Amino acid sequence: MTPPILEMKNITKEFPGVKALNNVSFSVQKDEIHCLVGENGAGKSTLMKVLSGVYPYGDYSGDIVFEGEVQKFRGIHDSEKAGIAIIYQELALVPEMTVYENIFLGHEIRRGALVNWNETLKRAAEMLKKVKLDINPTVKVKDLGVGKQQLVEIAKALSRDVKLLILDEPTAALNENESENLLSLIRDLKKQGVTCILISHKLKEVISIADKVTVLRDGQTICTLDADLGQVSETVLIKNMVGREIDNIYPKREHVVGEEVVLEVRNWNAYSPIVERDILKDIHFNIKKGEIIAFAGLMGSGRTELAKSLFGNPDGFRIQGEIYLKGKKVAFSSPHDAIEAGLAYVTEDRKGNGLILIQDVKQNITLANLQEIARRSIVNSNVEVNVANDYRVSLNIKTPSVEQRVSNLSGGNQQKVSLGKWLFVKPDILILDEPTRGIDVGAKFEIYTIMNRLVEQGMSIIMISSELPEVLGMSDRIYIVSSGRITGELPIGEATQEKIMSLATN
Amino acid sequence: MGLFKNASTVLRANIREYGMYIALFVIMAIFTILTDGVFMSSRNISNLLNQTGYIAVLAVGMTLVIVIRHIDLSVGFLAGFLGAIAAIAMVFWKLPVIVVIPLVLALGVVAGLITALPVAKMGIPSFVASLAGWLIYRGAILLVTESTGTIVVPNQTFNDIGNGFIPDLPVAMRIPGLHTLTLIVGLLAIIFYIVNEIRSRRTKQAYNFEVLSMDMFILKLVIISALVGYLTWVLAGYQGLSWTLVIVLVVVAVYHFITTQTVLGRHIYAVGGNPEAAELSGISVPRIILITFGSMGFLSALSGILFTARLQSATMTAGSLFELDAIAAAYVGGVSAAGGVGKVVGSLLGAVVMLSLTSGMNLMNIGIAYQYVVRGLVLALAVIFDVATRRKSK
Repeated sequence: MTPPILEMKNITKEFPGVKALNNVSFSVQKDEIHCLVGENGAGKSTLMKVLSGVYPYGDYSGDIVFEGEVQKFRGIHDSEKAGIAIIYQELALVPEMTVYENIFLGHEIRRGALVNWNETLKRAAEMLKKVKLDINPTVKVKDLGVGKQQLVEIAKALSRDVKLLILDEPTAALNENESENLLSLIRDLKKQGVTCILISHKLKEVISIADKVTVLRDGQTICTLDADLGQVSETVLIKNMVGREIDNIYPKREHVVGEEVVLEVRNWNAYSPIVERDILKDIHFNIKKGEIIAFAGLMGSGRTELAKSLFGNPDGFRIQGEIYLKGKKVAFSSPHDAIEAGLAYVTEDRKGNGLILIQDVKQNITLANLQEIARRSIVNSNVEVNVANDYRVSLNIKTPSVEQRVSNLSGGNQQKVSLGKWLFVKPDILILDEPTRGIDVGAKFEIYTIMNRLVEQGMSIIMISSELPEVLGMSDRIYIVSSGRITGELPIGEATQEKIMSLATN
Repeated sequence: MGLFKNASTVLRANIREYGMYIALFVIMAIFTILTDGVFMSSRNISNLLNQTGYIAVLAVGMTLVIVIRHIDLSVGFLAGFLGAIAAIAMVFWKLPVIVVIPLVLALGVVAGLITALPVAKMGIPSFVASLAGWLIYRGAILLVTESTGTIVVPNQTFNDIGNGFIPDLPVAMRIPGLHTLTLIVGLLAIIFYIVNEIRSRRTKQAYNFEVLSMDMFILKLVIISALVGYLTWVLAGYQGLSWTLVIVLVVVAVYHFITTQTVLGRHIYAVGGNPEAAELSGISVPRIILITFGSMGFLSALSGILFTARLQSATMTAGSLFELDAIAAAYVGGVSAAGGVGKVVGSLLGAVVMLSLTSGMNLMNIGIAYQYVVRGLVLALAVIFDVATRRKSK
């Protein structure tokens, strides 16, 4: 047996008060696709940050052996030099620069003191061919979709002679087609001698691509499974990730959808002056009391735009159409109006426009409804702590205290804070935009349970989701959105993954 | 030793919060030693605080502007211009002080709103909008003072705002050699502070929240009471509390209350922390921008009044570089340019630190050239300290 290309031995990394990694060992053979799975907060990202030198040598204990040598990376620069490249969920490209400028950013091809642009352009085209991206290298990155940007990132890594490529949740923002593309590219790269570490929450994807899977839980290595030996399956992975069997990840609920239509939207059209085109066309839909409806569809199909345009239109789209709340025609000129009318919107991007990361849990939870805990506009900070603690308990938010900064919490717990914030406005209609994106199986289950509890109490939920099992598992009725139109409506009894997918690609 | 150990733990955990106080203490101690005690003399401290007045009120307003990720460069010349308007209103229009002051303050609010309008409604960068204001108000001062030159204000009531002191008790009730009313005010402040702290501690305990341990709590009360007491005693040794200081303290108290206790304050910090999230939470970001710049304009007018009263005249160059002094004070006081972080009390201390440096170096006859260099270094150090401790306390 050949020695592994990478061996991380007994890695321990501590943050004040937490052991993020506890004696983790992790080894990767040359030319294999090694998946790293685990709940949020299990330590996957921390481990990769140790490997890539984000946490420099001396900041952790243990050894990193790469290609037979103990490495002492002092920064990303060192690990890149050694041939390790990491591609994060948040892409690190400069949007205003062209593709070829981005590919060679930081290691420009020079002639003397100047950049050799002709050679750069030629080499960039070669790299794009390698990642099977058929675009002109002179276009600006901002004009590409997320899927293509990701391929540009990989091309950038390849241009540095990468030996070990680390991808952190690469398909989280991609649609099915793009994901499939990316996975087949990874398989190709493997043939060309690039070893790959893939962090993913999508277990189906892991099963289809992995040679080996290492499971982390609570900062420890739980096991490494070998696909060739038939050890990898969804149930085994989930069991190891959460340490318990989850036989049904969608909790059952009694269907008690009411008769009353609480919200109806008719002839809804929106034009975005920023991208200069119609983004929503002829949308009609309704939702009843105690109902969960899902907006299914692919990324970029216009579902988030629909939610925002209904929720007081903060992006300034030009809108036509009517909203009826319990039969009464209404119009919202700002999110404030929408909130007053009983709507709440848990955003898709909790870090970008959902939470205020530099503030603490309690301040985030009370932000949208400060009047409730204020008398004559003076906030009662003691009541605030109690309110926040109530939600901490009822939503099971794992935090040392409600005075913890939200940026210190894991994704799943941040999502619960976001949810708590919107539950505190006591809405009739709750819009959840990708409520379980990027969070672990255990937290997902908790969020689903909370959703069921809320509809039982008479709330109506609009769920926007790109995950078909989630759509099928949680909703009572499904609207399929494609290119800004509603292309179909299915009651849950008639819906199948195939039907939804064909309407979504309509 | 237990007490000392506890205190050092509390101190270390809150080094960011107390860093400013420690820095001020160190600077004052150094100057006191180097000037053989002249620096801490009643007369010098009194002068120092009075000189800080017109910058301190600007720094308070600037804190909020920077917290919401904006900047206002127009405040210096706006203060100068409105100071000139005040002088003109009294000298040429013969308006009484009681009319002039509210008028000028109202003009300040209007000016602030005008700067904010393109920022809030059209997304024009505040740097540009307020730079335009900087040019316009600079021209405006020259326009209104062109024909007259420096306008001397003969009104005693108005000038007292910048130079006068609060009256003392009738002679019979005075403590000889000390400004007795100042002492009483200081004493009342200490009592108010202690009662307030005890009440807040009781409420917290009633809610079963964690509070400082009893010994730490008492230590805190003693230290702060001693500081307030000492400052009062020093001031009482000269002519007592000045009207300027009273105004500054009232402004800081009101702004401190608004920023820490009210819904408006929360909304301001939310907009600074994440404008998009704030908007989606039902907060109108344009409204917050208008309010913040309106308050900045109000405080610019106040600064102009304080400065004109102090000089007892309106000059053609009044207000030059006030904006940069105010910005520096805010940054020294711990405001973050990334938005959402910063306290008005911090900015007040920042202003006092910067003025202490000037005052101390003046007493030591250090040339103006070195003074600029030292103040620049202190500004850089303060921000470096702030960033370094912020990273640690994450």
